[in-house]
Amino acid sequence: MNWDSLAMLLAATLSGGTLLALAGLGLLINERAGVVNLGAEGMMLVAAVCGFAVAVHTGSEWLAIVAGLLTGALMAGVFGLLTIWLNTNQYAAGLALSLFGVGFSAFIGLPYSQAKLTERPSYDFFADIPVWGPVWGHQHPLVFLTIAATAGLVWFLYRSRAGLILRAVGESPESAHALGYPVRKIRLAAVMCGGALCGLAGVYVSVIYTGLWVEGMVAGKGWIALALTTFASWRPVRLLLGAYLFGGVTMLQFQLQGAGVQIPSQFLSMLPYVATIVVLVLISRNAVFIRANMPASLGKPFRPE
Amino acid sequence: MLRLEARQEPSRAMSWGSPLLALCLTTIAGMAIFMWLGKDPVKALQMFFWEPVRNVYGWSELGIKATPLILIALGLAVCFRSNFWNIGAEGQFIVGGLAAGWVAMQAGPDTGRWIVLAVLLAGLAGGMLWASLTAFLRDRFHASEILVSLMLVYVADQLLAYLVYGPWKDPAGFNFPQTITFLESTRIPKLFSGLRVNIGVVVAALSVALFWLLLFRLRTGFALQVGGLAPEAARYAGFSSKRALWIAFLISGGMAGLAGAFEVAGPLGQLTPYVPAGYGFAAIIVAFVGRLHPVGIVLSGILMSMIYIGGELAQSRMGLPKSITGVFQGLLLFSLLACDTFVLYRLRWQQKPKAQPKGQRPADQASALGDSK
Repeated sequence: MNWDSLAMLLAATLSGGTLLALAGLGLLINERAGVVNLGAEGMMLVAAVCGFAVAVHTGSEWLAIVAGLLTGALMAGVFGLLTIWLNTNQYAAGLALSLFGVGFSAFIGLPYSQAKLTERPSYDFFADIPVWGPVWGHQHPLVFLTIAATAGLVWFLYRSRAGLILRAVGESPESAHALGYPVRKIRLAAVMCGGALCGLAGVYVSVIYTGLWVEGMVAGKGWIALALTTFASWRPVRLLLGAYLFGGVTMLQFQLQGAGVQIPSQFLSMLPYVATIVVLVLISRNAVFIRANMPASLGKPFRPE
Repeated sequence: MLRLEARQEPSRAMSWGSPLLALCLTTIAGMAIFMWLGKDPVKALQMFFWEPVRNVYGWSELGIKATPLILIALGLAVCFRSNFWNIGAEGQFIVGGLAAGWVAMQAGPDTGRWIVLAVLLAGLAGGMLWASLTAFLRDRFHASEILVSLMLVYVADQLLAYLVYGPWKDPAGFNFPQTITFLESTRIPKLFSGLRVNIGVVVAALSVALFWLLLFRLRTGFALQVGGLAPEAARYAGFSSKRALWIAFLISGGMAGLAGAFEVAGPLGQLTPYVPAGYGFAAIIVAFVGRLHPVGIVLSGILMSMIYIGGELAQSRMGLPKSITGVFQGLLLFSLLACDTFVLYRLRWQQKPKAQPKGQRPADQASALGDSK
C-alpha cells in the first residue's frame, strides 16, 4: 500500500469515524446520566431523512444540520418523558423508538429516494500542505468540530460543576435528589442532548457523507455507537478513538474490495458487525473493569419519593 | 392540575385494557396520517380491519402471516419474562430458514413426505444455533445480549446474501439471486386445497398451549420468571441464572428458527434475499402487546398480521407506501408503553399546594402525606 492510498484510507476513516463518534458521544452523555437509549438507530434514520429533506428544499447544509439536531432532540424528548416521568422500561421504550424510526423514516423518505444533493460545498483546510493535506485538507468542518467536542466533553464531565452533577445523577440519583438537584430534569436534558447528537450523526450520513437518502441507510451504525460507549468504558477520548477504529474497519472493507481481494463481498460487509461483537466480548470479559467504569445507576429508573 | 399517583397494586383491568387503548390511539393516529395524505380514512381503515377478515381467503392469508409472528413472539415472551433481551430474532429466523432450506434442497425425486419433519427440525436447530452464539458470549464473556443478538442479525443477513448470490444459486435461475424452487415433497402440507394456509397454524396453536404450560404450570418456567422479576430471590432459591439464560435463548432462538422453516418451506418455497420480512422485529411488538402471555400473543399476532396485510392492500389499492406498516407497528408499541403507565399509576386531579416552605421538596412528599390522612 503506497502513501496515496493510505492517505485515502485515513481520510475515509476520519470521515466514517466522525459519524460514529457523534452518535457515540451523544449516547455517552445520556448514559453518564444513567439512561440507556436503544433508540439511536431510529433517531439517526429519522434525522437523516429530515435533514436530507431540508437540504433538498433549502440547499443549505447548515439548516439541514439544525433540522437533524432538532429531530433527534424531539424524538429523544418523547423517549425521555416515557422513561423518566412515566417509568417505562428503558429498553422497551428505546426499542420502540428504533422500530418506529425504521418505519417512519422509510415512509416519509419515499419522495426523496430519487433525490440527490448536487451542489455540495467543498472545504479546504490547508489542503496544499503535504502529509496533512491529503488526510485532513478536505474534511468537513464537523470532523474537526467533533474532535473539539470530545475535548469539550472531557472538560465538562471532569472539570465543570455541571458535569459533576450530571455524573452524580448517573451514579446515585438518590443522593443527587437528596442534595436538591432536579434529577429528572437533568436526565431529560442529557437524553435530549444525546438525541440531538444522534440526529446530527444521522444528517451526517445522508447529507454530508453520501448526499443521498436510501431506506435504512444507517445500517446498524446506531447500534454500533451504542456498543462503542461500553467499549470506551464511558470515557469521551476512548470513544473517539474507538469510533475511528470502527470507521477504519468499515473503510477497510471497501479498500479490500477495491484491491480485488478474493473474499466474497458479503463477508467483507459483515466486518463492522463482527468487529463490534469481538470488541464487546474483549471489553466485557473483565466484569470488574466494566462494573468499575459503568455509571452505577445505568438503566435503573428513578422516582423521587 | 392532573398528576400521576401510584396505585396500591397494579391494575389488572388496565393491564389488559392498555393494549386496547393503544390500538385505539394507533388507529386515530393512522386516520390522521391518511387524511394528511389526502386519502379517505374510512376506506383505509377497511383495508386494515375489514378486508383481511372478509372471506376465507383473507383468513388463510392472516394465518400465513400470523404463524411466524406468534411462534417467534411466544419464544420472546419466555425470554423477556426472564429479563433477557433477545432482540435478534430476525437473525435466528434467517438462519433457521437457511438450515431448513439446505435440508429441503437435499431432497430427491423419490424422497418421502417425512422430509418435512427434517426441514422443520433443521429450522429449529438453526435458530437455536444462532441464538446460542449470543447466549455463549453473554454467559462466558458477559457481552451485552442486546447488542450481540442485534449485530448477528446483520451477519445472518449477509450470510443469506452470500449463499443465494454464491454457492446455493440456482444454476438454471437466469443468474437471479435465488435457490432452486424446493420440491413439492419438502413443502409444508396445506390445510385446505386452494388456500395457502398450512399446518403451521396448527403448530402455532399447539405451541400456545405448550408455552402456557411452560410458563404457568412447570417449574422451569417458574424459575425463569422468578429470575426475571427478582434475581436475588432466584439466587436464594437456587435457580441458576446461567441455566435461565441458556433456556431462554435456546427456546426463543428455536422458535424463531422454526418460524423461518415454516416461512421458507411454506409460502416462499425457495431462498431469496427477501426471506427476512421483519417478522423477528414485529414479533417483539407482538410479544409486548400480547402482555407476554400466550393467549394475548395470539390476539396481538392476528392484529399484527392485519397491519401487515392492510399495509400491502393500502399499497396495491390506494397507492400508499408499504412502509406504512412499519409506522403503525412503531406507533402501536409506543402508545402501548405510554398506556402501560396506567397499570401502575392513576391520574388524579389535584389542586396545586399553595405555599411551599422554603427548602422542602415539592409535590411528591406533600401529596403522599395528604393521601395517608
